[in-house]
Amino acid sequence: MQSLTNRSKVVSNKTMSWSERIYLPAILAGLRITLAHFFKKKVTIQYPEQTKDHGPYFRGVHVLKRDDQGRENCTACGLCALSCPAEAITMVAAERKPGEEHLYREEKYAIEYEINMLRCIFCGFCEEACPKDAIYLTDLLPTSNYTRKKFVYTKDMLLEGIAPEDRRDVSKRRKGIREGAM
Amino acid sequence: MELILFKVGLVVVLFLISLLIAAYSTYAERKVAAFMQDRIGPNRAGPIGILQPLADGLKMFMKEDIIPQNANRFLFILGPAISMATALMTSAVIPWGPDLNLFGTTVSLQVADINIGILYIMGVLSLGVYGIMIGGWASNNKYSILGSIRASTQMISYELAMGMSIVAVIMTTGSLSISQMVSSQEGSFGMGWNVFYQPLGFLIFLVCAFAETNRTPFDLPECETELVGGYHTEYSSMKLGFYLFSEYVNMFISSAIIASLFFGGYNFPYMQVVQENTSQILFAVICTGVFLAKILFFVFFFMWVRWTIPRFRFDQLMDLGWKVLLPLSILNMLITGFFILLNN
Repeated sequence: MQSLTNRSKVVSNKTMSWSERIYLPAILAGLRITLAHFFKKKVTIQYPEQTKDHGPYFRGVHVLKRDDQGRENCTACGLCALSCPAEAITMVAAERKPGEEHLYREEKYAIEYEINMLRCIFCGFCEEACPKDAIYLTDLLPTSNYTRKKFVYTKDMLLEGIAPEDRRDVSKRRKGIREGAM
Repeated sequence: MELILFKVGLVVVLFLISLLIAAYSTYAERKVAAFMQDRIGPNRAGPIGILQPLADGLKMFMKEDIIPQNANRFLFILGPAISMATALMTSAVIPWGPDLNLFGTTVSLQVADINIGILYIMGVLSLGVYGIMIGGWASNNKYSILGSIRASTQMISYELAMGMSIVAVIMTTGSLSISQMVSSQEGSFGMGWNVFYQPLGFLIFLVCAFAETNRTPFDLPECETELVGGYHTEYSSMKLGFYLFSEYVNMFISSAIIASLFFGGYNFPYMQVVQENTSQILFAVICTGVFLAKILFFVFFFMWVRWTIPRFRFDQLMDLGWKVLLPLSILNMLITGFFILLNN
């Protein structure tokens, strides 16, 4: 049968020549290769100080967004929880009281919102399902912890701050499936 | 009296230098390995990781020191002690520089210029196998004993070829004293190195040195894929540290022997010119520096080979030792004898 990749090699049982049998030329070739690598540019990324740039499709820890006036986008519709294949998202809805218009964009909001990072598979369906642009996946990774309980991220951990410096920029974020990935 | 003081000082300095170089060899090994694998290597302890050996040593000391219940306590402790002691003892006969005229007498930069220096080295090197043998035996562990059996078999097999390749050098020098071997390599240009006259002997000696120090591709005694940790499976804490450390001391000493037997020791080109134009002390310092540079190159070579070549299989190792290296070294000896006869 014809090879599809052209990478396979025909095995031959030919006897080794004298220069192959004394190994030394092969050893010298090997030494030359390792010496070339010795002077090559190193690929290490010094992790805590340097981080790798993530692509716009990278799916990390979620963020709950506010609009440009600092009001929470989320209306606790539950579509994210419904779309979540891992059942990682839970929320409790509440009604906005008069005088809280500067905090919540619409009449209904999530008073509690939790994502279990041990259940989450970072598929990004929640952000795709969200009709209010309230939830996004960022390039942060969930930090390690000692207890399972600490992996349940509560609303105050997920929600971005009001102040401009506390905002999480998601303008470069690309949702869905990367072009050409399927 | 001054001579004794000088020698004691030399011993202490040599001891410290051997330990220092061995300690930094562990660091260098990790760096070399990393560089050859396109990594950076340890760089957290101090600038570019320069304090890593200290951190490693501290870690070794802090670890729990376990002696297995069924192990022979005395031999279990004796094993690493012998390994370390024999590794350090070898440096006594290596000439680290030319003779000096101090205090009105001639002193050599060599702890003991015994006239059978090379025999002494071979003897002490063979003693080194006892450390591994006893350690593996006393551990009362199958993997340990297998590792130590491999170590002793390998050392005995390769010592023969090693000795034969040295015999050729002894024949051309006409002496067993290492200082004479080194000074005979000065030649007319400082380049009368034995490696040019004995390339085959050098190659055999080099391969045997790898086997003697249990380095890759001959590191079967501590082959972790088959034998867990080999002869030091049961060892922990600083006893393990001693075994690992003695390997590096051995590597340093082997490099020193290769450098002095085949690469002219402290001889270097334009040596006479330098000698005429500098003071005696400065000349000695330069010579020792040249010698150290040669040694460090071979230490690097040991590491370079380790991260290039995979491990031999045990039967291949035995084949190479008995069927290739030993006949070749005898052949080398015969050829050398033939040329000596021809010259006479």
